[in-house]
Amino acid sequence: MSILEVNKLTLRFGGLTAVNDLSFRLEEHAIMSLIGPNGAGKTSAFNCLTGFYKATVGEILFLGRSIAAEKPHRITKMGIARTFQNVRLFKDMTVLENVMSGMHTRSSAGILAAILRPPGQIAEEKRIRQVSRECLDFVGIEDKADRLARNLAYGDQRRVEWARALATQPKLLLLDEPAAGLNQDEKNQLVELIQKIRNTLGITVLLIEHDMGLVMKVSEKIVVIDYGEKIAEGTAEAVKNNPRVIEAYLGKEDES
Amino acid sequence: MRSHLRIPERFSGTKGRIVSLAVIIILIILLPLVANNYVKEVITNAFFYMILALGLNIVIGYAGLVDLGYAAFFAVGAYTTGILTKAGLNFWLTIPIAVIFSLIAGVVIGGPTLRLRSDYLAIVTLGFGEITRITARNLKITGGASGLVGIRKPSLFGYPLTHSSDFYYLFFILVVLAAIVAFRLHNSRLGRAWQYIREDEDAAAAMGIDPVRTKLYAYMLGAVFGGVAGSFFAVKMTAVSPETFAFTQSAMILMAVILGGMGKLAGAILGAMVLVLFPEVFRTIGQSRQLVFGIVLIIIMIFRPQGLWPERRN
Repeated sequence: MSILEVNKLTLRFGGLTAVNDLSFRLEEHAIMSLIGPNGAGKTSAFNCLTGFYKATVGEILFLGRSIAAEKPHRITKMGIARTFQNVRLFKDMTVLENVMSGMHTRSSAGILAAILRPPGQIAEEKRIRQVSRECLDFVGIEDKADRLARNLAYGDQRRVEWARALATQPKLLLLDEPAAGLNQDEKNQLVELIQKIRNTLGITVLLIEHDMGLVMKVSEKIVVIDYGEKIAEGTAEAVKNNPRVIEAYLGKEDES
Repeated sequence: MRSHLRIPERFSGTKGRIVSLAVIIILIILLPLVANNYVKEVITNAFFYMILALGLNIVIGYAGLVDLGYAAFFAVGAYTTGILTKAGLNFWLTIPIAVIFSLIAGVVIGGPTLRLRSDYLAIVTLGFGEITRITARNLKITGGASGLVGIRKPSLFGYPLTHSSDFYYLFFILVVLAAIVAFRLHNSRLGRAWQYIREDEDAAAAMGIDPVRTKLYAYMLGAVFGGVAGSFFAVKMTAVSPETFAFTQSAMILMAVILGGMGKLAGAILGAMVLVLFPEVFRTIGQSRQLVFGIVLIIIMIFRPQGLWPERRN
């Protein structure tokens, strides 16, 4: 079944159409990529899916429920986690505290529990820490849990973001250019990690990526967009040889 | 009082901190045995500002919001207790009512404004502070421009609280309670949510944190601190007048938080203490002390913009 269904999604900013009549389906447990030249509307589409932008027209169904009008925090609670194109950590907090933010929707202590600290609250705090450490372990930086996020190397900051997204215990993980700024070695590890996220945690993955090598290696299905419109869809092999895709990418190179 | 403030910096580790904290607490408890009424009054006043600073620190330090009208919450608490005790209600019973009214005030100001950016929020809170004061000035129930007078001092288990030492200890207990509550809030799921929002609101929302509700909680809790402090202020002073809650009052509390170091509990306490004690200690230099005080504040802000005792992380 489809975990995510996007129907005729359109997003306009005044006269500019960032996403135009975009439709696609994402099957549960799949790894899918959304690609396209710079400015094609990939991140805008992502922002619609996660509630940061409100779609002008169109429908987004997550597990059969419409989420187009929901706020970001509600969508996260429903089970969609995201990372950002430019790493957006809580820089002056520790790595562990960063990941603990993901547990917010999976815990419930309120004002009175914070002040009175009943056993339930103490147990919950312990669980938040424990799950967060497990997430850090999963992405391979458990040893850096107590460092300040701002002091980590770029590659490790990316890992903190993934761990933080995993801590929300999502059903669907949206990665916005996860390979940007990573070296080849880190990219290979990323491929493994994405597969591990899907295979061992059973999380569906949708990524936006510029690195074609990585996209071809990891994706089971690729949706290509240009100027906000879908121009191709299919397996890596099919998309690679699609004349419209080649044109979109080469045309972009000519201009630059 | 000022000399032993440096002790915590000399010690390192939790053990040293506990020892120095214990020393400070013992000194505070013993002080009324040797001090005269003037000293006790000044320190009680410092305690009072510490409670307010701890409350405002939740709003501006923990949650990173702006509030230029904090005195409004303090006014709500003071007037609630003033009016109700004059109507014959027991002082202690007026506190929960003052809490409820301050909560409502927190929601009234926070609800519609928290979607605004910080500079607009500054203007709206400033306006709210002034509206509260002017309303109090013009209502009959609040005693108009002259305010409420003759508020009865409370008693505790049949023992009437009248001496300056009584209020000294009462306000000290309040400071301790306020510090514990603030500390626990800061180190909780809610406290972390405030920090996440302060650092990056979009990223916090992407992690499932509701920014509007979380910020509203900060306003509400800040309001409760102000309201409770106001209740005790009313019975200590036995009078409440609208001019007590002028903008300068809000500015003073804000200054205590910023001077001490935003987001840090000890900073808010230290800031309030310096702010109250400085003009008293330098009373001998006469009128110019406010000028000197102003210059000192500016110098501190230039050379230590993070405050005297900021939130330190490494």
